[in-house]
Amino acid sequence: MLGSVGLLAFLVFLGGLVFKVSSWFRCSLRGEREGFKRFVLGFSSLGKALFSSKIGIILKVLLLDGILQRRTLKESLYRWLMHILIYWGFALLIVTHALGKLVFEDYVSTAFPHALLRDLFGSMVLVGLGMAIWRRLRKAPTLRTSRMDLYAIVVVLVIVFSGFLLKGAKIISYNNYSRMVDEYASFGSEEEAKALEAYWVKRMGLVSPEKVEEALIAKGEEIHQSQCAFCHANPRWAFLSYGLSRTFVPLASGFDRLNFTAKLWWVHVLICLIALAILPFTKFLHLISVPLSLVINALWDPKRSRPLNLKTKQMIELDACVHCGTCTLKCAVLDAEKPLGNIRILPSEKIEPLKRLVSRRKFSQTELQEILQGVYLCTNCLRCTVSCPSGINLQELWFEAREALFERGLLEPALLSPLSFYRGLRAEELGERYEKTILEIKEKLLRRFEPKDNVLQMPEEKEFEFYEGTFSGCFACQTCTNVCPVVFQYERPEEVLGFLPHQIMRLCAMGLKEAVYGSEMLLSCLTCYKCQEACPQGVVVTDILMGLKMEALKALKEERDEIRSISGV
Amino acid sequence: MRYALFLGCNIPARLPEYETSAKFLLKELGVDFEEIEGFGCCGYPFKVIDLTTSLVLSAKNLTLAERENRHILSLCQCCYGTLKKAKKMLDEDPSLRNQINEFLKADGLNYRGTVEVKHLLHVLYKDLGPEMIREKVSNPLSDIKVATHYGCHSLRPSSIVELDDPSDPRLLEELINITGAQSLLVNKRLECCGAPLLGTNDEVALNFTREKIADALKNEAEYLCVACPYCKLQLENFQERLFGKKVLSTILITNLINMAFGLQKAH
Repeated sequence: MLGSVGLLAFLVFLGGLVFKVSSWFRCSLRGEREGFKRFVLGFSSLGKALFSSKIGIILKVLLLDGILQRRTLKESLYRWLMHILIYWGFALLIVTHALGKLVFEDYVSTAFPHALLRDLFGSMVLVGLGMAIWRRLRKAPTLRTSRMDLYAIVVVLVIVFSGFLLKGAKIISYNNYSRMVDEYASFGSEEEAKALEAYWVKRMGLVSPEKVEEALIAKGEEIHQSQCAFCHANPRWAFLSYGLSRTFVPLASGFDRLNFTAKLWWVHVLICLIALAILPFTKFLHLISVPLSLVINALWDPKRSRPLNLKTKQMIELDACVHCGTCTLKCAVLDAEKPLGNIRILPSEKIEPLKRLVSRRKFSQTELQEILQGVYLCTNCLRCTVSCPSGINLQELWFEAREALFERGLLEPALLSPLSFYRGLRAEELGERYEKTILEIKEKLLRRFEPKDNVLQMPEEKEFEFYEGTFSGCFACQTCTNVCPVVFQYERPEEVLGFLPHQIMRLCAMGLKEAVYGSEMLLSCLTCYKCQEACPQGVVVTDILMGLKMEALKALKEERDEIRSISGV
Repeated sequence: MRYALFLGCNIPARLPEYETSAKFLLKELGVDFEEIEGFGCCGYPFKVIDLTTSLVLSAKNLTLAERENRHILSLCQCCYGTLKKAKKMLDEDPSLRNQINEFLKADGLNYRGTVEVKHLLHVLYKDLGPEMIREKVSNPLSDIKVATHYGCHSLRPSSIVELDDPSDPRLLEELINITGAQSLLVNKRLECCGAPLLGTNDEVALNFTREKIADALKNEAEYLCVACPYCKLQLENFQERLFGKKVLSTILITNLINMAFGLQKAH
């Protein structure tokens, strides 16, 4: 029974794993279909790395960053200890307990040292889980707990706790004792049977329905030593289970009536097997994807590695994120999340929608815009990448995601902010798409705010959020325009730039600031502050130009495109 | 004076030599500085996205430094200008300060306004003074001609940044002369490098970069001295595209002084 259920779980696990691994080759941010090519290239690159001098790097990374969790330790001792306790505790439980019979020649779960080790490793996991739960419950404003995080904690907790419960129930179970006696013991007399029972009740934690005679304990110990001790160490070695069993003593007969230990055993085993079967679709996939991500990133050479492999690497990276929130703690713009009300600004909250994006789920236009804003509002400071315990090159993921979303025809007003500096540094590798995207967003802005024939009739008067009234001192002396180095570039600047700085100040003074939203001048302002410095009237010309640009970009953002549902890429 | 070294986003990611050389120099000069955990974006790029957000980002950094009783020491013109401007806005407008403090509450922070914001140039020239730097020069850099580039936000708006005379500053030139190098008063030294428009209007951005470098070359400069990561990246990275090859070395003021101190091999 167990064998076939176990085999079934393992087969489902394998099937899921094959599906997951294939998705690393099938999916991409841009949605190209080149899975086979990527599969062949990916495996040949991996093969080459394995059979080269790079194997040293691979082993080093697996040891230091995988087994010893160096990258986590670098970020936080608390998180390192927490994860090590869970990870090592559980791994050791699998080796010494779940696979005990395969690992040890004469494995008996109730013998020493197995009884001790099981409780020791199980307690490690419990302490680690306690730390994990505390970390997530504690008021940490940037740490979000997803359903997957909850699943992971609950599953491990249930597996380990049911194990302790099972062992505790077994210690006190008279049914269990009788079955063992029937199977293994041979008594010369009725008294010997009673003696052994007396010994087990007094020394081995058993709860008997009848009273036992103290006088027989010494004799019972002799029988125990010759017949039981080989397999049964003192249950106190299983310190946590034994402690737990003491609290069950009054319930012992009830447990036996319900055949509790047998049921609990199935619960314990089935949860393990179900967790294994669905592992590829849960957070526990990180057992496979994180070491992979660590190794690939250690071997990665941005100049020499193949672009096709980058896509595969990024799909593995998406699956290697464990949502630990380290990146968000380090994010330079994490405080922009609240004022802008977009959770996708936090790096740890970008992965989940990107995963849905690559698996071609449906998105509303609004959600896509939120994701795009989330990946675009980034100063590319690299801190998320440097700190990621899974070694994910997060910054590159954001970069690729932005370009992929632009390719789908989405635009982000922040493209016209200094955040685009980084994109500008990488213009050459983007080729034609680079300029095209900028032109598109500009065109959208200019078209939206195109000056009408009669400027004076167009906009309604609006209050300025900031710098209110400062432009009223302007008497259009044109000093600002005359010192502007951008204006100076052109022979006929008004043809290129639309309204010039002094005209913009006058329009503002007249309450017609919206008329200038579509002026190229706003988009060409270097913010060098020459105009503001030169103004004889103290008008904060540059700040106003920036303020107007901000308002124009905001108005563009708020303008909802018709909501269309786009499926996949 | 105690400082909180504010590196911003560009330096650690794209210009680590500025970080190393600045720390080297500050240590050599015995400056008490520290990096503060939690420093983030200064708010500069958000000025045209959402002013509240920009101010929240600025205020967070200001408050973190304030909590440590340290003044902000910025290596970047744009961070410097942004933080100083934010400080002024918050200091002058209590209702704005309250509004922004609401966002900082969750982190247990509250901006009071006791922190000062300084640029490296300010610390070198005004807090430490030219004499202190002159004393340490052991390897005078004679015979090299260095053009200067201030970076807009170190000078303007002068009512906020207050570093030097915005129309005819001499601070950078004097620092260069102290190293033994010869500073050149080139025409375009107060112009923008073009970086603020890179990625949004490359034509204008690169025109400025080109003119700037051409002007320095015309004046026979061997180096173009900068004190801002944006300027450095902009003026360094586009020479091939603009001139077909690298025509002029840009040098960070920190590296220049370190060389004069004999702390690094001659450039």
